Amino acid sequence: MNETPAIEIHHLVKAFGTFKANDDISITFRNGEVHALLGENGAGKSTLMNMLSGILRPTSGQILVKGKEVDLHSAKDASELGIGMVHQHFMLVGAFTVLENIILGSEPTNAGRLNFKTARKRVEDILSRYDLDVDLDARVDDISVGMQQRVEIVKVLFRNADVLIFDEPTAVLTPQEIDDLLAIMRQLAEEGKAVILITHKLEEIRAVADITTIIRRGRVIDTVKTAEKTAEELATLMVGRPVDFDLPKSDLAEGAPILTVEHLDVTDKNKVKRVADLNLTVHAGEIVGLAGIDGNGQSELVKALTGLLPVHAGTITIAGKNTTHATPRQIVRDGVGHIPEDRQKFGLVMPMTVIENMGLMTYTEEPLSKHGILNEGAAVKMTEELTKKFDVRTSSIHNTAGSLSGGNQQKLIIAREMSRDPQLMIAMNPTRGLDVGAIEFIHQQILNAREAGHAVLLISYELDEIKQLADTIAVIHAGHLVATREAGDLTTSQIGLLMAGEQLNEEAAVDAD
Amino acid sequence: MNIETLLLTVVSTSLVYSAPLIFTSIGGVFSEHSGIVNVGLEGMMVMGAFASVVFNLAFGDAFGAATPWLGLLVGGLVGMVFSLIHAVATINLRTDHIISGTVLNLMAPALAVYLTRLLFQGRGQTDILQHPLSTVTIPVLSKIPVIGPIFFTKTSAAAYLGIIVSIVAWWVLAKTRFGLRLRSVGEHPEAADSVGISVYAYRYAGVLISGFLGGIGGAVMAQSITLNFSVTTIVGQGFMSLAAMIFGKWHPVGAMGAAVFFGFAQSLAIVGKYIPVIENMPDVIFTIAPYLITIIVLVAFIGNARMPAADGSTFIKAK
Amino acid sequence: MRIKNKNIQSIWIPIIAIILGLLVGAIVMLLSGFNPIENYINLFTGAVGTPNAIGEVLRAATPLILTGAGFAIANSAGFFNIGLAGQALVGWLCSVAFANAFPSWPGYLLLPGAIIAGALAGAIWSGIAGFLRAYFGASEVITTIMLNYIALYGTNAIIKGVLAHGNNDYSPTIPVQARLRTPFLENLTQNSTFHWGIIIAIVAAIFLWWLMKKTTLGFEIRAVGMNPDASRYAGMSTKKTIIAAMLISGALAGLGGAMEGLGDFQNIVVNTALPDIGFDGMSVSLLAGGAPIGIIFSALLFGVLKIGGLNISITSTTPSEIVNIVIASVIFFVGAQYMIRYFFDKSGKKGKKNGKKGAAKGKADAPTGTDADQAAPTTQGGDTE
Repeated sequence: MNETPAIEIHHLVKAFGTFKANDDISITFRNGEVHALLGENGAGKSTLMNMLSGILRPTSGQILVKGKEVDLHSAKDASELGIGMVHQHFMLVGAFTVLENIILGSEPTNAGRLNFKTARKRVEDILSRYDLDVDLDARVDDISVGMQQRVEIVKVLFRNADVLIFDEPTAVLTPQEIDDLLAIMRQLAEEGKAVILITHKLEEIRAVADITTIIRRGRVIDTVKTAEKTAEELATLMVGRPVDFDLPKSDLAEGAPILTVEHLDVTDKNKVKRVADLNLTVHAGEIVGLAGIDGNGQSELVKALTGLLPVHAGTITIAGKNTTHATPRQIVRDGVGHIPEDRQKFGLVMPMTVIENMGLMTYTEEPLSKHGILNEGAAVKMTEELTKKFDVRTSSIHNTAGSLSGGNQQKLIIAREMSRDPQLMIAMNPTRGLDVGAIEFIHQQILNAREAGHAVLLISYELDEIKQLADTIAVIHAGHLVATREAGDLTTSQIGLLMAGEQLNEEAAVDAD
Repeated sequence: MNIETLLLTVVSTSLVYSAPLIFTSIGGVFSEHSGIVNVGLEGMMVMGAFASVVFNLAFGDAFGAATPWLGLLVGGLVGMVFSLIHAVATINLRTDHIISGTVLNLMAPALAVYLTRLLFQGRGQTDILQHPLSTVTIPVLSKIPVIGPIFFTKTSAAAYLGIIVSIVAWWVLAKTRFGLRLRSVGEHPEAADSVGISVYAYRYAGVLISGFLGGIGGAVMAQSITLNFSVTTIVGQGFMSLAAMIFGKWHPVGAMGAAVFFGFAQSLAIVGKYIPVIENMPDVIFTIAPYLITIIVLVAFIGNARMPAADGSTFIKAK
Repeated sequence: MRIKNKNIQSIWIPIIAIILGLLVGAIVMLLSGFNPIENYINLFTGAVGTPNAIGEVLRAATPLILTGAGFAIANSAGFFNIGLAGQALVGWLCSVAFANAFPSWPGYLLLPGAIIAGALAGAIWSGIAGFLRAYFGASEVITTIMLNYIALYGTNAIIKGVLAHGNNDYSPTIPVQARLRTPFLENLTQNSTFHWGIIIAIVAAIFLWWLMKKTTLGFEIRAVGMNPDASRYAGMSTKKTIIAAMLISGALAGLGGAMEGLGDFQNIVVNTALPDIGFDGMSVSLLAGGAPIGIIFSALLFGVLKIGGLNISITSTTPSEIVNIVIASVIFFVGAQYMIRYFFDKSGKKGKKNGKKGAAKGKADAPTGTDADQAAPTTQGGDTE
């Protein structure tokens, strides 16, 4: 190809202090191609793309757009050069309508007054051209995650982008929505746009990318034609060593039921029913994987199980005790360990020390306190033991939890929860945002809990994780449990259909049974 | 007192007392829609009150009847300059918004009384104004039967101006590009930044508008009610305006309505002794009514209201 | 804003803020034609030059230690108690009313009784705000401001209507045995208004330190203040913790008011504005970063400024309001400590080769700092996540 590349970057460096998030990166992106950037969490992909979209400024190096060197000061500069980014965390104003969000920053006006008529016509043209289903008058807070992502795409197209960057776009989508998105990306490339896909998911890359650049620890490892590499080869390039995704799992006889949920209804703060008539059993020595798209009642289910949301109807029994209306502290004492969905928001008090966080669940009990007076010596001793046992790395246990890396923060939570030897472990998205090493460690800990005869309820938006660990897979959609099967009995696409609320056809159902 | 005179008195004192709150609470609306919490309205009012009084005393003879209206403008401008402290602190220096607002409330009376002592030979209060904002009778409207005498005779022109400002403010926030962008930085600054909107510039705009309107509010107070400036000119009106803004659910017209309601509650303390049912109630009930009502409203109704999502946040642009 | 005491810088932040605040005051004085150095010297000698002045400084610091400690504990729990002034006022009123109600009681009953009455009144007043926040999500910033004015006008009405004799604007003076001022202390300090309240204040500050560092309640208050969500996950009752913190906060503020009633004034007068010890206590606590021992020193500094400030207007024509300008500036710089830290980091980096990558990265990656899920803002700003 001798046409001028859409974007060339030469020797780009981005340093935060002495830490180089991007170190001497050179890549060429061409029109008409889908170019994937593959790398682990924290490899520096997002930093790179934030520089291309004007949000961050490079420490050194060059960016060339259509052969001309540019200096991007803001998202506006990038937008004017035809570079648009579909952000991983949607950049949408929840209280605004879809149309307002699309035009924000590029509003058609008459003397300062917003001209919604012109705007609507232009947006509708884009929608029909790409066959996108978007409700322009709905408030963003009220629409589905899938539609929010389409709004992000329309936002970029509304600004006549020539280069579209998709930053981890599939994390929150169902398998079917992912297929639709990949089709849109192909269509955009065929129209001659340059499409950049940032991801750590190999299947997506195999499905859509012409070219793949692998990034590890801020450096380019290789740029390859995707078709010429196998998934295993790409994975090895990404991590830097061969990765064995299959963890050994022994066969265990089914134990006694530890968690029994019957006809559970949970409503949220706004009295909206989020979990409806849900029945679920988790046995000792069993990992039940709960699959579902974000926002289908998983958070509310976990909150009800752990006493954080009141149960509207139904019963919850944990290890033979009725905990339906128990307080969080009673449930903790009854033997429930909990790895919450958002470790920074729910799992840790970031400005507190490692010691204080280690005692967060048990500070009211001896030896950590007596008659309301804390025993700091006991807390230090316990923390020293547990950080060692669970490999929580910190230069001092007197450091704040916030000073730890994400993986070590999660290990701290796991150490705290496992050390209480819980009969039931509830883990929600336990590996979100972690690198491969930490993921392996945490998966092993979950399997260890199972080996020790504990019951494990694993809730994850990552289907791969569930398929890898669970003995039993349950699928939740709109608060209903739509299927509970043995792990081997469902294919990925079947789970995907169930997650999207579709029925399985007869044939598939027969196969599965 | 006959019923018409009574109504006239109630309406006109309500409007007189609500006028300062109307302007200031709309100022709060602008600031908070841009994402900057503004408990410093009180301080902005103090500076506006001080500036308008000094201007009024100094130039009253030169400008005659126009003086108090120019005084509003001067009060607004001084309030705006003063609000720069809040803008710099919260937007650039990442100060907690409530601490910064409190600094304004500490600084304004100290500075204004300090300057008063410099200007008035060591006295802590100024002379009495010779050209106050007096009540007016609006020409055509006052001729309407029944309504005219009650609403448009010997009434507060500043309050009517405030009502107009509230409608204009609504139009600006809802219908213009400026308004959409201002609200976007208060709802989701990162989103606004990602489409090239300068979060800093719009937040400055929000705070400065609040300083301008807060300054006018203080100037209305000083030039129509206290008629001089001292440390007791502004005692809680800024906080009451903040309450009106919340009561009005961050909507300019709602804030105006709440301000009028508070003005009404205050007027009852004055005219209450002429109203049969409540004439024997102690004054203190009317004095504390606005504050008590605010708490009740906050507890009972605020559940449906939505403050700007990123109100009180610090935006740090990535570099 | 929670100010962390993690490193050596934290002691420098208030010191630098004080220096910068004095500098602003100096500039204002220069611009208005006064001699700042002379004034500052007069301020200093006016505050510590005589036993009487020292007595007055200690007396002025006494309620500020208490209201400062009250602000600090609420702030630790994530609550911005702007209502210290109102809580102090009701504490003041109730301590005086109690002392006057039982004039025949012996001192060993009457004085503690009056002190407890003040503390209880303050606790109830702030407890209202704590309750409304815990059970209705009503922002304490708004409710405490409103409660301030209700306290102001309410106490005035009670003083005039109930306590005062005839048409007076003040209550009768409290019985001798309920007074914290004693002839011994007056002799010691050349008839200053110094009183035994200072002991109560210091004990309260030490109690605060012990509570926050050594007890499970203190642990809960800190955890809830820093992360209410995680605290709920850990089984803490955020509602109870909130209310406990607000009750203690108000009790301390009420004690501060009782010190005015039983110590300084020995009665209560009709006020045109809220007592200064409320907002000053808040400033004291902010300057000290909420640290109990720091609050004692911070309150002493405020005492020096307040008492010394009076001397400025005696020895020159400079308005004594200059002191409040200095105080407001000091709090401005404390609030803007990001700026001070920034200069520290910059000058620190030259010496250190190993820049802190975590810190630098955190800055770039953390665009927002506050989650305001209440009806009005809470004060979790400042701490970028």
